Amino acid sequence: MITISLILIGLSAVLTVFRLIKGPSLFDRLVASDTLSVIGMAFLLVLAEIVQTTSYMDVALVYGIVGFLGTVTIARFFMRVSK
Amino acid sequence: MTVVGEILMLIGGIFLFLGSLGLVRMPDVYNRLQTGTKASTLGAMSIGLSAIFLLPGAAGKAVLLVVFIVLANPIASNTIGRSAYLSGIKLSEKSVSDAWGVQASGEAGMVEGAAADATITGAAPEATDNKGA
Repeated sequence: MITISLILIGLSAVLTVFRLIKGPSLFDRLVASDTLSVIGMAFLLVLAEIVQTTSYMDVALVYGIVGFLGTVTIARFFMRVSK
Repeated sequence: MTVVGEILMLIGGIFLFLGSLGLVRMPDVYNRLQTGTKASTLGAMSIGLSAIFLLPGAAGKAVLLVVFIVLANPIASNTIGRSAYLSGIKLSEKSVSDAWGVQASGEAGMVEGAAADATITGAAPEATDNKGA
């Protein structure tokens, strides 16, 4: 079951990178980047459960915080009020 | 206990995959936001809950991670959607309602003050219902 979950996480990362490359506007790419950080967090959690090492969970927490702050900052920075 | 953790991990993987599939197939920024953050939140939350069962020594860290995911992901998606709408990204042609646009279009165009009022009061769906009736 862990193998199936890892395969699904890898497939979802591939699909998200497809949207990150192809996305027509900046906000599509931003959504894909946010989803990719969540997927990376989930992968680090699965890795921590496979190798039975709790240090990877700290890495996942810091990665999630950095991804969240980056997403919010970029979204606020590129907000252009039209008219 | 191990079986419960593995089932939770499988559910998390399935939801992450479905969220990314919707991210590819949806026609619009807002629909992509819907699938890309809600389903991913559920998937990552489920994988974090599986860490409680599969790694019992770090249950506190797992609970902290789940709480962080639940708090942070809706805030990020709200910010992306708000700035996309205020930047003038058009909705898809198959969309059936635009509550914020109906609320803000009393004046000419999208005025930021009216949009901010609609955000704060949160009365946009009721306004749409009144206008439709």
